[in-house]
Amino acid sequence: MTDLLGTGRKAANERTQLVRAGLRRRHRNEQAFRILGIVAICCALGFVALLFTDVLRKGIPAFHQATLHLDVTYDPTLLNVDPVPERTAGQSDADFNAARLAWQRSVAMLNWNKVVEAALRTVTPAGLEIDSRQLLTIPETNARHVIREAFVANPNLLGRTRSFDLLASANVDNWVKGNIDRELGDAQQQMPAQARALVDGWVADGTITQDFAWGLFTNVDSRAAPASAGLAGAFMGSLYMMLVVIVLAVPIGVASAIYLEEFAPKSRLTDLIEVNINNLAAVPSIVFGLLGAAVFINFFHLPRSAPLVGGLVLTLMTLPTIIIATRAALQGVSPALRQAALGLGASKTQMVFHHVLPVTFPSILTATIIGVAQALGETAPLLLIGMNAFVASVPGSIVDQATALPVQIFLWQGNENRNFFEARTSAAIMVLLGLMILLNAVAIFLRTRLERRA
Amino acid sequence: MRSGSPEQNYHRFYSARNDVEIAVNALLMFCSAVAILTTVGIVLSLVFEAIRFFSFINPADFFFGTVWSPKFSSTTTNDHGQYGLLPLLTGTLWVATIASLVAVPIGLMTAIYLSQYAPRNVRAVIKPIIEILAGIPTIVYGFFALVTVGPFLKGAGALVGLDISATSALTAGLVMGVMIIPFISSLSDDILNQVPLAMRDGSYGLGATQSETIRKVLLPSALPGIVGAFLLAVSRAIGETMIVVLAAGNSPVLRGTPLEPISTITVSIVNQLTGDTDFTGPQSLVAFALGLTLFIMTLLLNIAALYIVRRFREQYE
Repeated sequence: MTDLLGTGRKAANERTQLVRAGLRRRHRNEQAFRILGIVAICCALGFVALLFTDVLRKGIPAFHQATLHLDVTYDPTLLNVDPVPERTAGQSDADFNAARLAWQRSVAMLNWNKVVEAALRTVTPAGLEIDSRQLLTIPETNARHVIREAFVANPNLLGRTRSFDLLASANVDNWVKGNIDRELGDAQQQMPAQARALVDGWVADGTITQDFAWGLFTNVDSRAAPASAGLAGAFMGSLYMMLVVIVLAVPIGVASAIYLEEFAPKSRLTDLIEVNINNLAAVPSIVFGLLGAAVFINFFHLPRSAPLVGGLVLTLMTLPTIIIATRAALQGVSPALRQAALGLGASKTQMVFHHVLPVTFPSILTATIIGVAQALGETAPLLLIGMNAFVASVPGSIVDQATALPVQIFLWQGNENRNFFEARTSAAIMVLLGLMILLNAVAIFLRTRLERRA
Repeated sequence: MRSGSPEQNYHRFYSARNDVEIAVNALLMFCSAVAILTTVGIVLSLVFEAIRFFSFINPADFFFGTVWSPKFSSTTTNDHGQYGLLPLLTGTLWVATIASLVAVPIGLMTAIYLSQYAPRNVRAVIKPIIEILAGIPTIVYGFFALVTVGPFLKGAGALVGLDISATSALTAGLVMGVMIIPFISSLSDDILNQVPLAMRDGSYGLGATQSETIRKVLLPSALPGIVGAFLLAVSRAIGETMIVVLAAGNSPVLRGTPLEPISTITVSIVNQLTGDTDFTGPQSLVAFALGLTLFIMTLLLNIAALYIVRRFREQYE
């Protein structure tokens, strides 16, 4: 070790060199540290990018779906059905309705698959041998319902031809999109060889095209006809739950924030409530699900799988968020405003509701929207209150059986037709993320707009 | 308006006004009681159902049991299966550990860079982008882990000769870590900003470089706050459900490595309670015992974290 405290030229030189070397090292370290920070940020940004590109790459193809364009003939020889009952003079409403229902039943009893098959045969090339069972794997199984419902709605179609856009089955969709290895042997293919050849021919001549999958938005979930499975039921379920959350969580949350911030005496009880709310905000969501299962379903016997119960559970979950945000907003209001109102003779209630609350309105609105967006994406507690049941109808009220968007994603990702449902699930994720981004954008827009005015 | 002496009118007006005050006060108080009632409801329902569970299963067998194999309800025999918590607890801890190993370095370095180095406009762009990660629903992370991260890890493991299962503690932990990054980074950011400027300036004045100031002055003085943020993040990780339901493999066995499928407390709650309508057997009641364990664990972590953060704030006030 050199003598750092030495005097003389030599010692001074050595000191300078030592410090220079040290500086070089220290600046290298500085550089390394900075790079480490950039690497960390790139990691985080990379994850965001990866997640979104992955979802988009998988999900976008699902918005277009193989669709068959067929001219369907309502051939009277295949459809042996009485003419639709006309109302005769003097017939009572009940009788007429009974006759009409009987007719509808007889229509439902007809073999509509024959009609579908006949329509498919008209576009099948002459040389191609394919049996009817194989042929009928090409359209989705709901094709016959679509054709039948068109007939029930318009019985005059008998003997006429109408063109339909029918969904192709999930396997056809996979095949057309190239998700299935074409080199695989017959034994491993989902579709028989003739059907594959037929589909390829139809794609070439435009009988099968990839049309926008409106069904994804307008249909309900379906097990029998997976290609027609849609999000309409889950969307309505989520919508009902969000309504329950907004109707309950906002007034209660804002009211309790007002109480704690403006009215409550500073006491142990208030302290307790405050600590309690902070802890409640950090309770895992699944615990709220347990609460819902034990209290709402088992104790109060509310219906399982209902948006009402889901909404209640999500309300309790969202409350702390809204309370904390509203309190922060109230704390931000200048005391001068309060004192001015009180000084002019306003009561405390008037002061809060006429003067303080309106000022905080933008922040409360933003907090509400963000809380609702959070609740919209919550899955775990809903599984415990039975919202993961298969529901094939659009819920008509908050006590009907329903599912929710995130739960629908959970159900679809578990579907055994992996090839088809991976894209479907990603598409559902895109819809959910799209809704959440929309909500957040609305929140930001409203905040900037309202704050500028205030 | 009814007539009367000015004095009577005055009293009538003010008594009405006071009535309104009292009514509003009562209404508001009732609303803030909802939060308390929620906690009471959670505690009561968890405790009562857990007690019912412990009437079937000895608490010692639950808390210290090493085998988790619930048998499906049979009314004839008394054999309910085994409900050992330890395999689930280790699974939970594996996932939480991996998640913190991912989230703490990335989150902390992100916070340091954004708060100390980045120009204002860069910060204004990058911070919200990273916070998007916190707003993504967990089911989306779960799906991402299941279909993308899991197979990728399996392939990467095969390249270096490691046998990694596609659904494992590693897959779930990694993705959960990503989810927690913004949590750690925004909390650390707040905390770093609370360290008094004088300390930083003092360090610069003594000739320290920026990174030396951060490592030797800022971080040590912000340490309690960062530990608090870390505890909050861990509490979030052990309570997270959907990522582990989809990507952890659902295999409740004691494991010594995170490369194999595991199960966690939350996964077992979901498995035991979905599809069950009446809570009569230990098969479904165990969900509440697990929920109680989870609730207490997260509560302790939160209380500790809030305490540490509060002490930290007071230190500089």
